[in-house]
Amino acid sequence: MTDSQQDRALIGHLLRRTGFGASGAEIDAASALGYQALVDDLFAVGPDPGVVATPPPTGLADPLPGGKATPAQTKAANAQRTQAAYELIAWWIARMVAAHRPWVEKRTFFWHGHFATSVQKVRSAALMLEQNETQRTLGGGDFRTLMRAMLTDPAMMIWLDAAGSTAKAPNENLARESMELFSLGVGNYTETDVRQAALTLTGWRLDRSSGKAVFVAKAHAAGPETILGRTAAFDVDAFTDLLMAQPANARFIASRMWFRLGSSDPIPADTLNRLISAYGANHDLSALARAIFTDPVFTNDAVSTNSTASTTDAASTNNAATASSASARYALVKQPVEYVVGAMRALKVNPPADGSAPESALLRAALNGLGQLPFAPPNVGGWPSGRLWLTTAATQARITFAHWVATAGDVSQVADAAPSARIDAAAHLLGIDAFSDRTRAALADVAGDPAALVELALLSPEYAVN
Amino acid sequence: MDMLTRRKFLLASGVTGAAALAGGATVLGLHELHSAAATDPLPPGQGILVLLTLYGGNDGLNTLVPAADPAYQKARPDLAYQPHEVLDLGDGLGLNPAMTALHGLWQSGKLAVVRGVGYPQPNHSHFVSMDIWQTASPSEPGTSGWLGRWLDSQPDDQLRALRAVSLGGVLPPLLAGAKTAGSALPLGRFALPSGAPGEALKALGAVSPQDCPNAAYAARDTADLFTVSAAFGPTLGSAAAASNKGVGKVKQPAGAKVKAAGTATGALAQQLDIVASCIESSVPTRVYAVSLGGFDTHSAEKGTQSALLKQVSDAIGAFQQRIAAGSRAKDIVLVAYSEFGRRVAANANDGTDHGTAGPVFVVGESVHGGFIGEQPSLTDLDNGDLKFHTDFRSVYATVLQHVLGTDPAPVLGGSFPSLSFV
Repeated sequence: MTDSQQDRALIGHLLRRTGFGASGAEIDAASALGYQALVDDLFAVGPDPGVVATPPPTGLADPLPGGKATPAQTKAANAQRTQAAYELIAWWIARMVAAHRPWVEKRTFFWHGHFATSVQKVRSAALMLEQNETQRTLGGGDFRTLMRAMLTDPAMMIWLDAAGSTAKAPNENLARESMELFSLGVGNYTETDVRQAALTLTGWRLDRSSGKAVFVAKAHAAGPETILGRTAAFDVDAFTDLLMAQPANARFIASRMWFRLGSSDPIPADTLNRLISAYGANHDLSALARAIFTDPVFTNDAVSTNSTASTTDAASTNNAATASSASARYALVKQPVEYVVGAMRALKVNPPADGSAPESALLRAALNGLGQLPFAPPNVGGWPSGRLWLTTAATQARITFAHWVATAGDVSQVADAAPSARIDAAAHLLGIDAFSDRTRAALADVAGDPAALVELALLSPEYAVN
Repeated sequence: MDMLTRRKFLLASGVTGAAALAGGATVLGLHELHSAAATDPLPPGQGILVLLTLYGGNDGLNTLVPAADPAYQKARPDLAYQPHEVLDLGDGLGLNPAMTALHGLWQSGKLAVVRGVGYPQPNHSHFVSMDIWQTASPSEPGTSGWLGRWLDSQPDDQLRALRAVSLGGVLPPLLAGAKTAGSALPLGRFALPSGAPGEALKALGAVSPQDCPNAAYAARDTADLFTVSAAFGPTLGSAAAASNKGVGKVKQPAGAKVKAAGTATGALAQQLDIVASCIESSVPTRVYAVSLGGFDTHSAEKGTQSALLKQVSDAIGAFQQRIAAGSRAKDIVLVAYSEFGRRVAANANDGTDHGTAGPVFVVGESVHGGFIGEQPSLTDLDNGDLKFHTDFRSVYATVLQHVLGTDPAPVLGGSFPSLSFV
């Protein structure tokens, strides 16, 4: 590759990791800015007409659970709830496609997967939207504020059964996951810590009519509790501070963010140290993200040589890849949301923010078939990553979606190109750095049909990687 | 294993986890496999294991219920079943009232219940404990699945990737070996493009030396789709058709309902229907992995759990009825387990928190029905949790030896006493 091709490939890499795919046109525009200015711009506040054009849904139905509802009333309420969830999903997909500054949405999607909460159990699209807005607002600030907000977030309280937990019979679900999955990671707390922490989170109830978390002092355990070696009469604020004071917290959050935005290979020790220091005493999430996107391992143009499936390798941080051999380039596989939203952005398909539209049903089916429907993660551990997205069943779902989007989308850039230039035009349209000879030969057979050519390009191994 | 690596492995065990083709499954030639069932049918008499994973931690005490035990009633004032409600199995124990089909199988001697199954120093994390069960490595999560290691030990021929399959497009870690891995089957028909686009897609699955490792993996996945579709397509097509006919209407596309999200493995009955179809058509598969999620009942447990247990019981009942009519009934053993049971005492939300030991159910025409092992005491507890009685690796050892006809020791890394259920 020439220097300018390499520069372009680096810009494409950054855009894919900070957004949802990157079309050739987006890469061209961003290349004019240059890498450093582009990174600076990610964290600047600016107007976004795409966001303005996709306001969150209002008045999402949230019928109160009635004590004496008839079966017909219950059925009607359930239908309303399901429809409200469809509205919510359709809106977020439309927002992701429309956003001019997609990093905010990508970051919010990261936190959605980190604090993975599903509408399937919460059953209130309105509360899911509230959680989503909280994650959008706080996701680039300090982690302490975000963590504290999540501990009494109404959707989270339903999801992890914290609503109504009392000193007399505490519920451990939120206490456990707040340490295992949200702030510290396995191995950094004991079973006793879980049980003691459950006591500190008692006393919170959810007022279903206002949708607000309410603290009821008499249901809260008086303490003192001993958690992670410290004894005090903890409340939710003190518990949050205690989590933030653990050295494991910085390591955990830095590793989690790198895992999703950098590489699913073991994180090199030097990189981890740089990320921890950026996160710092202020738990600064934007500084952490900036450190990821400017880390030498992230910007290195060597192709990742990860040879292990992201499943059963026994490597540990103790024998992590050395910085000289590590690279984040093509080290991830496009998540389904990135794949679907990225294809629509490139082909200028603007899905309706209307949950009852046929396109919305089709997109839900596509994302579910691929295994990643927003607002419905499989469990509190969030979604898989890396090669786990590549299965025969998911490939089948990609085939169906690629056919639809290439048919519905704008492929004029390919159609207008001379037949001999169409394969390159398809690569540019979809932001693919380079096709292999294998793929060029396969695509040559369908070059007479621009939509079919784009459909196959969307199914190429080169487009699957990130 | 470090946390991230372990998570990568564990995430595959989520209900919508995806293929964990760890060690590079063989890409099989299309022509050789066009009809694996016709050219290499499974010989009669070869044991077949159907392994049912219940994700979320099923509450064993409200499944196999010690309703007559005052300690049970005292620990769960609002959550306990009364003695007259449960389906009596004797010994002061009864099945959850929703499990009528399994009760019928018990009465005809085809259900064995292994009581108090667990492992030392139980882990209360869903992800770690499921990992322990699936890798059969209690001291520290292992890096390969126990049935994946069995697959590793099978002859390295072109049929190996078909010897173990999971239903629902999900390949759980238990099928990922060190050298090879099982295959994942979607629940619906395969629909591959035909004509020029179909040929082009097939060409995209070819190996290219210019691919980065992830692109090479994606290419192999495309090639696998053609292979698996050729081997299982006819069976899946007829199973899907039969299933549609059964409910009298065309099925909703996957994901059309939010309700279906998070359970990409689909209804258990549908998975077992496909397993039965595969068995009837003599595909050379010896291990089928099926699953059901949703057992993490921290609140309002009674309704949720009994609906799930009804699904389990009804699906197993229908499966047994169907295979009993075929010629392989005596070859098939179904085993159902969960990553842990739940705390003896209820919490404030009419639910239960993560616990330890639980019952394992074993069903089959050739199964020796009855109880195995002792019911854990409700008064001699370990910090509020049941003490386990039977090591789960004894269940595995029995299955490996008597169903799959393999020496269990190399697969399990040691010897464990065989149980008498088969």
